[in-house]
Amino acid sequence: MIEATNKVNASEVSLLGEGLEGALWEVFIRSKQGLDHKHVGSLHATDAQMAIENARDVYTRRMEGVSIWVIKSENIHASNPDEAGSMYEPANDKVYRHPTFYKLPDELKHM
Amino acid sequence: MSIQDLEYIFEEKVSKEIKIEPKDWMPETYRKTLIRQISQHAHSEIVGMLPEGEWITRAPTLRRKAALLAKVQDEAGHGLYLYAAAETMGISRDEMIEQLLSGKAKYSSIFNYPTLTWADIGAIGWLVDGAAIMNQVPLCRTSYGPYARAMIRVCKEESFHQRQGFEILLTLCNGSEEQKAMAQDALNRWWWPSLMMFGPNDDNSPHTTQSIKWKIKRFTNDELRQKFVDICTDQAKILGLTIPDADLKWNNEKKHYDFGEINWDEFWKVVNGNGPCNKQRLSARVAAHKNGEWVREAAMAYAKRRSLNRL
Repeated sequence: MIEATNKVNASEVSLLGEGLEGALWEVFIRSKQGLDHKHVGSLHATDAQMAIENARDVYTRRMEGVSIWVIKSENIHASNPDEAGSMYEPANDKVYRHPTFYKLPDELKHM
Repeated sequence: MSIQDLEYIFEEKVSKEIKIEPKDWMPETYRKTLIRQISQHAHSEIVGMLPEGEWITRAPTLRRKAALLAKVQDEAGHGLYLYAAAETMGISRDEMIEQLLSGKAKYSSIFNYPTLTWADIGAIGWLVDGAAIMNQVPLCRTSYGPYARAMIRVCKEESFHQRQGFEILLTLCNGSEEQKAMAQDALNRWWWPSLMMFGPNDDNSPHTTQSIKWKIKRFTNDELRQKFVDICTDQAKILGLTIPDADLKWNNEKKHYDFGEINWDEFWKVVNGNGPCNKQRLSARVAAHKNGEWVREAAMAYAKRRSLNRL
């Protein structure tokens, strides 16, 4: 039984970085064996177990998955889209990384 | 970068059909418009569970009951997808719930009408979900990425909703005289409110032009409403039911059906809180939230204790 002193109030909870709505979690689902887990959306939950159960109810009502990953959104670090230009620029001028860069005769087979 | 440069980049992306994502710069009004639209949409899904939920225990067969239960559960899921999409724009779930429960936020007025008979469940599936799908299919291409992705999932799931509704009506229409009369009565009551779901006429819809420019909306309210009337008029013939509109007539020149004037006084009355069930719907939501309070607190206390034990 939860004792009265254990009752969580809003200010205590916010110290954990969560409102009464629970933390935000990102959900990843493997749609079938052999495929990657793919991001499908997010949801609120107070802990990982609840996040997985909610993810099952929200994102797999029609057999969309065989495996679920959840991770607290605050633990995801993202690149900045404003820096996309300089971030990916080095890949731009390296066409020799693609097989089509190499000119070879048509009669060459199986390559 | 100056605000003009940022605006230019934003509009370039929109015009090239490149989706706007949460971390991208966007004009404040674009953000506000979408927060309002997506949260209203989410609230509509949640409140939309109420009129149908009333019939789960009274469904005529186990097959109907299982389908209705699944449909209502889908609507809860759709509400959650949409709340999550709105949250990516910087509003919290708690804030949105507060706006709904305080009556500050709007939801679709259609859910302020009562479900009096079993045939109403059929009419809701056919007409209300039909109108919603008409609105939602173009939203799968809306310019804001998270909203578009949520709509794709919603549309995939929603097609069974409309089919189950039509099947209910078809069964009633092939049944006894009383059953067919029940179906006709449901159509009589749900037809006009369904047409109102598309919103005011274009010349009374101040946000439409900007929303179309930003590719939030792809069609105007009147364009979608016309499409809905054309499709439903033909579908009603299969049911052998009569659409309650004396002015409904094929216009060979326009290749569309002409239809009568919507009662806009009723529309605004219901939007402004004075429909048949506005108070009932809101108090049901408030009660659900209040009654769930101990569950939220217990979950939070449990999570806290577990995290402390781990430390």
